[in-house]
Amino acid sequence: MSKLEMQATRDFYGKTLAELGRENKNIVVLDADLSGSTKTSVFAKEFPDRFFNLGIAEANMMGFAAGLALSGKVVFASSFAMFAVLRPFEQIRNSIAAQNLNVKIAATHAGISVGEDGLSHQTVEDIAILRAIPNMHIYVPADSVSAGRIVREAVAVKGPVYIRLSRPKSPVIYDDSYHFEDGKANIIKEANKADVALIAIGMMVPEAIEASKLLEAQGLSTLVADFASVKPIDHDALIRIAKSSRLVVTVEEHSIIGGLGGAVSEVLSEEYPTRVFRIGMMDAFGESGTPAGLFKHFGLTAEDIYRKVLKAVK
Amino acid sequence: MNPKKRAFLEVRVNKLRRDIVLMLSESSSGHPGGSLSAIDVIAYLFFEVMKFDSANPYWEERDRFILSKGHAAPALYAVLAAVNFFPKKLLKTLRKLGSPLQGHPDSRKLPGLDSSTGSLGQGLSIAGGIALAGKMDKKDYSVFVLAGDGEIQEGQIWEAAMAIPHFELDNVCLFVDNNELQIDGLVSDVMSVYPIAEKFASFNWNTMEINGHKFDEIEKAVEFFVSNRGSKKPTVIISHTIKGKCVSFMENKCEWHGAAPTKDEAIKAIEELGCVESLENWLEEK
Repeated sequence: MSKLEMQATRDFYGKTLAELGRENKNIVVLDADLSGSTKTSVFAKEFPDRFFNLGIAEANMMGFAAGLALSGKVVFASSFAMFAVLRPFEQIRNSIAAQNLNVKIAATHAGISVGEDGLSHQTVEDIAILRAIPNMHIYVPADSVSAGRIVREAVAVKGPVYIRLSRPKSPVIYDDSYHFEDGKANIIKEANKADVALIAIGMMVPEAIEASKLLEAQGLSTLVADFASVKPIDHDALIRIAKSSRLVVTVEEHSIIGGLGGAVSEVLSEEYPTRVFRIGMMDAFGESGTPAGLFKHFGLTAEDIYRKVLKAVK
Repeated sequence: MNPKKRAFLEVRVNKLRRDIVLMLSESSSGHPGGSLSAIDVIAYLFFEVMKFDSANPYWEERDRFILSKGHAAPALYAVLAAVNFFPKKLLKTLRKLGSPLQGHPDSRKLPGLDSSTGSLGQGLSIAGGIALAGKMDKKDYSVFVLAGDGEIQEGQIWEAAMAIPHFELDNVCLFVDNNELQIDGLVSDVMSVYPIAEKFASFNWNTMEINGHKFDEIEKAVEFFVSNRGSKKPTVIISHTIKGKCVSFMENKCEWHGAAPTKDEAIKAIEELGCVESLENWLEEK
């Protein structure tokens, strides 16, 4: 894994946003005093007339986003996930999603990998709560390449989109051939008959790839899938995976309640009853530490995934 | 104001009050108090001020109206029907399953609504976004917003009150329907918002106080707003009103915030409004 190039998804959000700004004059970007961190500053520098800093007032930012979208703009609204989702949740629901408005909430610093800032800044509930809102699309890029494609797809999709981005650099797992489609999973490692199917999102995708190598070394065949489109979720891929695997495992840097694990369990329990083993934040808050140290502490490294799966598959 | 015009408006708005009462009686739920306090301002804006085309409700140059206190929807619906955004007979479907006249305005269901509203405190921010888009696109439309006095207890209102002058959105005109009552009682008892004008003034708004039931004063307020376009400051009009205005047993009673009149109460109200003769055919009447 250390051989792979390391890049932060948020950097590619900023870069792609500036590209989109050149192509599409209708794109307007809002931030709430974190533009340097969310990387909307890259867009702001090039298009100062289409960038607005709303200050530390996220509820109002979402209302402005709704008003701009009602007037025909494609709006990106950014902050840390905690302040872009949990703080203005009701505004997202009532002002934006209920009107199916073209607002793209691109939130950085999601999950525990925010690191040292600690639990007040570590959102592990964002996917769960947003998934319950009708009209909402939820995308979680696994690396910088995927982040760029997903930001583009978000503009192509009509209606509200949530893009979940991370603070730290992480391995670049995709090359130029990567393709993202709303509602479609990406099978990274195929297996005809898998002992273990690892279904992951975000920074857990590279961890799952490494865990699969460790499992393969123990003679277990593995499938690895990136479910970057958490909503809509790829039902067909899920059922196919469940049919051909002994154990389905979900891995996410998010609560095991209501996130990817929840979404996968909902689909499979109804459409193809299957045991789903969820790895993620076990109904717990995060705390201060380095991202790597926190992944270890909360059992989210490749090594942890490998060990937990080995136990569960027996 | 020309006395003839004033008399004409008074007759016309009186009929809208009747529509509100009958609509609410028909639906057996809804909010009469705040609809009756706000109707004069809403009607004046649509009848005399705003540019719009009811045959082309999404015309880009139109003036916008955001009912931030979305529970006064019956007042807005009565006006929108009167200016032909939809057939008047729809008024009797208010709050019923399948109706485009939702309990609170839903822009996805009804033409003439510039945004959905209902959850208090959000309309001013939405208006800010629309006003900002207007400035970006060099359009000269105005964005009118009506908020409740109780509603401005919401923190988001003050976030928006900060942002709108910050972006020099002098195309925003906010009316605060100051009927002094909210569900649990007097605004001053529940959570005082006073002084309102001074608060907005300190947030860099142009301010004016009027009697929100007098068309002469509403006209002056709009003139004040228009004269302030170019000042780089938005305008707020503190519109002093009476909750339940023109129906004696509803006036100044917070109990009539969210309770619909029964059939008998509705008839009593219509008698007071002097519209009894139209009880049968109110949906046909122009």
